[in-house]
Amino acid sequence: MKIGLYPGCSMDGSSREYQESLRAIAPKISLELEDVKEWNCCGASSAHAIDHALSLALPAKILAQAEAQQMKELAVPCAACYNRLASTKVELAEDEAMRMKVAKMVDLPYTGATSVKNILDVLTPLLTPEVVKTFPATFPHKVVCYYGCLLVRPKSVMHHTRMEDPMEMDELMKRIGATPLEWSMKTECCGASFSITRTDIVGTLGMNILEDATMRGAEAIIVACPMCHSNLDMRRTEIEKVSGKKYSIPILYITQAIGLALGCSPQQLGLQRHFVPAKIEAKLKVQQTTPAAAAVS
Amino acid sequence: MLQSSHHEDPSLAGLVWTKTGISVERCYQCGKCSAGCPAASEMDLTPSVVLRHLQTRDADSEKKVLSSYSIWLCLACQTCIARCPMEVDLPKVMDVLRIESLHRHLVHPKAKDIVSFHTSFINTIKRFGRLWEIGLIGEYKVRTGHFLQDVAVAPVMFLKGKLSLVPELHRKFVRKIFAAKERA
Repeated sequence: MKIGLYPGCSMDGSSREYQESLRAIAPKISLELEDVKEWNCCGASSAHAIDHALSLALPAKILAQAEAQQMKELAVPCAACYNRLASTKVELAEDEAMRMKVAKMVDLPYTGATSVKNILDVLTPLLTPEVVKTFPATFPHKVVCYYGCLLVRPKSVMHHTRMEDPMEMDELMKRIGATPLEWSMKTECCGASFSITRTDIVGTLGMNILEDATMRGAEAIIVACPMCHSNLDMRRTEIEKVSGKKYSIPILYITQAIGLALGCSPQQLGLQRHFVPAKIEAKLKVQQTTPAAAAVS
Repeated sequence: MLQSSHHEDPSLAGLVWTKTGISVERCYQCGKCSAGCPAASEMDLTPSVVLRHLQTRDADSEKKVLSSYSIWLCLACQTCIARCPMEVDLPKVMDVLRIESLHRHLVHPKAKDIVSFHTSFINTIKRFGRLWEIGLIGEYKVRTGHFLQDVAVAPVMFLKGKLSLVPELHRKFVRKIFAAKERA
């Protein structure tokens, strides 16, 4: 499958390993990624807080660029970017006057023709049970899937029917041999952009998430959002300061867990970039004689 | 219920209606938003109280809202709207209130850091087209005086390959957008 890719700023910086792991697994699951050219920042959580038109123009420019490259579908792995792009599409479709205003700012034709896909939308149809059967390894670990806020809400944009108990990531983890555990924090907020300004709030919210995951016996927290990852991984010291306890549970991007089951090395998946060491391994399948398994290995 | 009368409503509730089509009258004060809000314990006005103040259309109440810390503590996590029985889109209301609070120079003193962060972020995008972490944090520190913040984290980020010391220059991708914004 060929699809457009908007990596977004985090995937070039603080969540570099998310991009590395996505690009490492893509060729192994027949996913061809074509980058949006000349992409800019989506405005993140700052633009909409202080400038409404700007918060729509920045994503609209990205979408217009994707349209110019004739992309029918655009993969947006960062949950925060995905939310901004999807929300912009909805608002511009509903508000003619705003669409005119934004069109002038963007100065590239925008019709809304490109649909945006989050990482779960992209991976779910590719990782069918038949495809996963050919993987050289499994990921036999107890995990909790942490979706965060932006993949599933708001309803008016995402049309998600299980806003507080989504299952897509759990299903993918099950397919690669993991045991996704039930837990209470799937869609609770990590503190998002308060990482810098109110680190204490990130500490408290992160503590609630790590505490629940640990209490359930999870060996890793699986995420699909750079902000969730950095708040739970890079902000571990601040979380432990609030909690007064140590937490050793690693935070893995969904693409890293899948990459391990695909036989990628930890280095290829950027696991060495985590602040909290991710000492978690895939288990090689017992030698099978099927030609498919042989082809992958 | 009062939607038609919003037409020439000079109140803050009227502004919310004009900007978003959201009617604050729909709120019947069940309090689910405040119960589920991850930042509520830090807020001076809980989300449902913000809506109640807007419903009064009383000038003092409106000033209280616009000068509250709460409107800046909203994380836009969308939990409130997910649980609201009347589907009042509070995160969108909060965006209108923040922008109006800036216009009227009513920003709560404790929220100055948060505003500085947003401003530094947007300036970074204007300068480079994309986020450059060192540029963002540098401007934020100058604006707030929090010079010692995260001095321990940055070197580790750098060693892990998560921080680039020089920005990539992509200003031309956003130049027209920011030029149009400044003309407006």
